[in-house]
Amino acid sequence: MTLGTCFLALLVACSSNEPDPEDIQEQYIPTPKPLTVPPILGQLLPPPLVPLDNPQTVEGIELGRKLFFDPILSGDGTQACASCHKPSNAFTDTNRFSVGIDGIAGIRNSMPIFNMAWNRDNKFFWDGRAMSIEAQALDPVTNPVEMHNTWENAVGSLQNHSQYPELFNKAFGTTTITKELTAKAIAQFERTLIAANSPFDKYLLGEGTLTQQELNGFQIFMDESRGDCFHCHGNENSPLWTDNIFHNNGLDAIITDKGLGNVTGDPNDDGLFKSPSLRNLAYTAPYMHDGRFATLDEVINHYSEGLVYSRTIDPLMKAVSRGGVQLSEAEKADLKAFLLTLSDPSFINNPDFQDPN
Amino acid sequence: MKKIAILLIMAFAAVGCSNSDEPQTEVLGCMDIDSLNYNPAANTDDGSCTYEKTATIVFTQNWAGNPLTQADFNSTVFENQAGNYMYISKLRYLISRIVLKKADGTTIDFAEYNLIDLSKPNTLTLSPSQPIITGDYTGISFIYGFNEIDNRSGAYPDLNDADWNWPSMLGGGYHFMQMDGTFDDNMGAPQPFNFHNGTARVSDGVFEQNFIAFNFNVAFTVTDDTTIEIKMDVAEWFKNPLTWDLNDRSTDLMMNYIAQKDMQRNGGSVFSIGAITQ
Repeated sequence: MTLGTCFLALLVACSSNEPDPEDIQEQYIPTPKPLTVPPILGQLLPPPLVPLDNPQTVEGIELGRKLFFDPILSGDGTQACASCHKPSNAFTDTNRFSVGIDGIAGIRNSMPIFNMAWNRDNKFFWDGRAMSIEAQALDPVTNPVEMHNTWENAVGSLQNHSQYPELFNKAFGTTTITKELTAKAIAQFERTLIAANSPFDKYLLGEGTLTQQELNGFQIFMDESRGDCFHCHGNENSPLWTDNIFHNNGLDAIITDKGLGNVTGDPNDDGLFKSPSLRNLAYTAPYMHDGRFATLDEVINHYSEGLVYSRTIDPLMKAVSRGGVQLSEAEKADLKAFLLTLSDPSFINNPDFQDPN
Repeated sequence: MKKIAILLIMAFAAVGCSNSDEPQTEVLGCMDIDSLNYNPAANTDDGSCTYEKTATIVFTQNWAGNPLTQADFNSTVFENQAGNYMYISKLRYLISRIVLKKADGTTIDFAEYNLIDLSKPNTLTLSPSQPIITGDYTGISFIYGFNEIDNRSGAYPDLNDADWNWPSMLGGGYHFMQMDGTFDDNMGAPQPFNFHNGTARVSDGVFEQNFIAFNFNVAFTVTDDTTIEIKMDVAEWFKNPLTWDLNDRSTDLMMNYIAQKDMQRNGGSVFSIGAITQ
């Protein structure tokens, strides 16, 4: 025992006597910080997906958070990711279409950001065109109706900044900034945005109660002949409250935005968009991929009596021939009350998710 | 008993030693040291050696014998027994408790269940972790869906993640199948169908199991890594013994007790064992 300890001490002494700067550079390891999985997600879902080439670290998350809130990535230094993805709106904004640095509006509603590491199919954006969070994070910087920058320019701005080279060094062991490392840091921060502490979660965990109206609303949600929301939007044992799959939910008779069809080239995918999560609806209006519905009431009315047939409509929109599932006013009110139990004030107010700059 | 056998072997060996010029007593057994049942005492290989091999289960679908894949979704029109013209846009189903029966009466019980989703090619193949043993087999059994022991609400993270749950008001657990699509109604207009199967709700709080246990007598010999095909003839869901007219029953079937039990009845002829290859 004693001998072993001596031997170990000798070894340590040896290695510390011969420092090799290059080795140290290569061996630099930022502080690991695995995702904290809330009980409801840990009990019911597989572990979160974190790519092997971008592990979560204290320094990476901190850098990503700073980048997310910093307008430095945009063409004229006026817009950050957070301009259209605000913590107070569960990381979307209140506009139907967000407006880029040139005053031009996009064509889709800004998506909320949470529980990204549980998107198992790894298809991001409304149309699923990005195959990872890292790939998604690259897009808005160069999108001409968003941040309208070049990555060359954005990386140059970061490289010339007084703090960023050192922050990248701490996060990735190099002061040489690249767009890939920038996207990795942002993705690390985004993976920490986990929402699973709503009143409904607390109810499931036996830590809170719901009103009778909210419970009635959940029954309507789970009833195939009434709400039938669960086939696309989860249930008490599938707590993402989305299937992360693409559907045509009967919005238009004539498809003008092909959505997934633009990405796959398959006409059978025309008009299909990813089901959004029903968590945090209280903060994410307006709704749908094009933000056409200003209120939750309009959304519920759509499924109740506003469905419109088009060739690719999902068969789950089964009541389309009579316009929808025809909920009564009382049922609509109950359903809305239930939906709002999935909103989580502690998510939007989490101090770790606010602007650090 | 074992001890007696060992003593006997030792006695034979001792006898063998002392009488070196007499012919050795023949000991039959497996003489391959790499086998599962190597017998170091054997001096004559009797061909009884057994080995571990891998099994692969392949799930294929067909419509009355014609292959049915994701490529047919929304593009191939099928005519069912009732004469409904239909398109399929989604097909997912659950198979569990696959068991291979050996001629010696033992079984290989695979622990995995498999949610087959035609839109995800990797789900059409199951590679069980448990190896199979070379030798003669007499049968294959499996369960369509989950039996009552396995069909526990929320118990399987991957199935929860796939939003595969069956509502607790209908008995909970999981879906056994989701087949969605459209058919032309009596007026020729496209109408949706949601052919979803799971636990049957008899009345409030009273539920009836609805899985199907399949037992096929199939004789085959495993000598190498083996692939076994489980086939689903989708047309049979609408055909045998009950002709299923989608004009009568197409949606809101999950809480319809009779529809759920009729699906189970028709399911009896849906599955078969296809090619077994090595």
